[in-house]
Amino acid sequence: MLEAFQDFFRELAQTNPKWNFIYLYDPVQTERVLTGLWTTIKLSVVCVVLSVLIGVIGAWLQGSPIKWLRMFVQGYIQFFRNTPPLVQLLFFYFALGQFTPTYSPDGWLEVPIISNVGWAILSLSFFAGAFNVEIFRAGIESVPDSTKEAADALGMNRFQIYRYVVLPLAFRVSLPSLNNNLVNLVKTTTQAIVIAVPELLYQLVSIYNDYSTAQNACMVLMFLVYIVLVGILVMGMNKWERNMRIPGYGQN
Amino acid sequence: MSETEWTPDQPIVSIKDVHKSFGDLEVLKGVSLDVMKGEVICIIGPSGSGKSTLIRCINALNDIQSGSIQVEGQEVNAPGLDKLELRKKVGMVFQQYNLFPHKTALENVMMAPLLVLKQPEDEVEKRARALVKKVRLEGKENNYPGELSGGQQQRVAIARSLAMNPDVMLFDEVTAALDPETVKEVLVTIKDLAAEGMTCILVTHEMGFAREIADHIYFTDRGVIVEHGPPKTFFESAKDPRTREFLSQIL
Repeated sequence: MLEAFQDFFRELAQTNPKWNFIYLYDPVQTERVLTGLWTTIKLSVVCVVLSVLIGVIGAWLQGSPIKWLRMFVQGYIQFFRNTPPLVQLLFFYFALGQFTPTYSPDGWLEVPIISNVGWAILSLSFFAGAFNVEIFRAGIESVPDSTKEAADALGMNRFQIYRYVVLPLAFRVSLPSLNNNLVNLVKTTTQAIVIAVPELLYQLVSIYNDYSTAQNACMVLMFLVYIVLVGILVMGMNKWERNMRIPGYGQN
Repeated sequence: MSETEWTPDQPIVSIKDVHKSFGDLEVLKGVSLDVMKGEVICIIGPSGSGKSTLIRCINALNDIQSGSIQVEGQEVNAPGLDKLELRKKVGMVFQQYNLFPHKTALENVMMAPLLVLKQPEDEVEKRARALVKKVRLEGKENNYPGELSGGQQQRVAIARSLAMNPDVMLFDEVTAALDPETVKEVLVTIKDLAAEGMTCILVTHEMGFAREIADHIYFTDRGVIVEHGPPKTFFESAKDPRTREFLSQIL
């Protein structure tokens, strides 16, 4: 069965040299695609989680009574929102990477403590996080002062009001915009290729650099994978949105 | 705190010469009044006379510039005020209900005792169910505020406030946002409370209701108390021309 499948694509590649689906019959290439895919998924999940955390914490700090904290968050947003993520990746890895400490596992080679994957995670999370801060801030501002006042009058402290009243309401308002930004983040992970993070795009480009006839097949796969990956993310987010919907509140 | 021990024969709420400004606008210009335990006080007056501001100062939602407000002997106008202590004593119901829209009626009532008083959940739930019943909303426990009428939401808000076992209840124009037909159900709930001996301070435009349940009526205009007295005297033989003019417009 598997062999018939592989033979079919091997023959297809011979009769149609523009359509060499090499990753479907050469186990070595299959392996490269799968590790690339797995790296992409891990990178996406870690960055999504971190960027949401950064968003929540940043939005909380923006409401702080301490002025320099608010200014710090504002500066962070301006930097990461107004510069291209590709440039950020390059800057983090090549510029900042020079100043981070290194360690030597074998007493010979010097390895930086933050790898290229580490820098990709940091830079992409901070990039998407900057947008998330703004998204959550909009949600937080949509919670009426009077609702917070009621919680205050019941004796709740600032943290309790934020955690149990403001965040749950703000989150519901923020979800559609958050959804968009996370979709963007997942797609932006491909840019980690410029610092040689072995994610899916990196692996596929390597494959068609080695086998130039595989170029079209690689690109088709690239699109398919992202349609499915982002599709799953959007489905999950939409389901979440539906589950969080409150009867009689907001859009019905 | 260096305050003398409060005893129930002293006013439960004592307001003395309170001044309050928002920027250049002075909204309270030396207001004084005392409320004894179990009394029901109605504050009436034209819009902008400072009546809502006054009751918001009692539980420190607004601060004051000078004067003194004491609740069971606790000075509200003091640096380092223990707000939590104050808010355990004073419950408040707002014009716009301000329920938590993501929580059911029952959860709204249970939230503060669980989070603030850290009481055990089964005990809180038992009490919350009793309170929902008390405000005549049995069967609505699991409805969200968005599924309830204004009058029903306001009664949940009353139950939510009562769940903290306050000694004084503040009502800030609680029927002003309601449809006429649901006003009554809220007023009945407040009447029940008053009959049970709860100390109530109400800002209201419901003159008939004020007359019926208040022990004492205060009339405020432009930041001062113009006139006050028991309902009968107040409504039938008001002395100040401003009071008389206000009453003639409203009655």
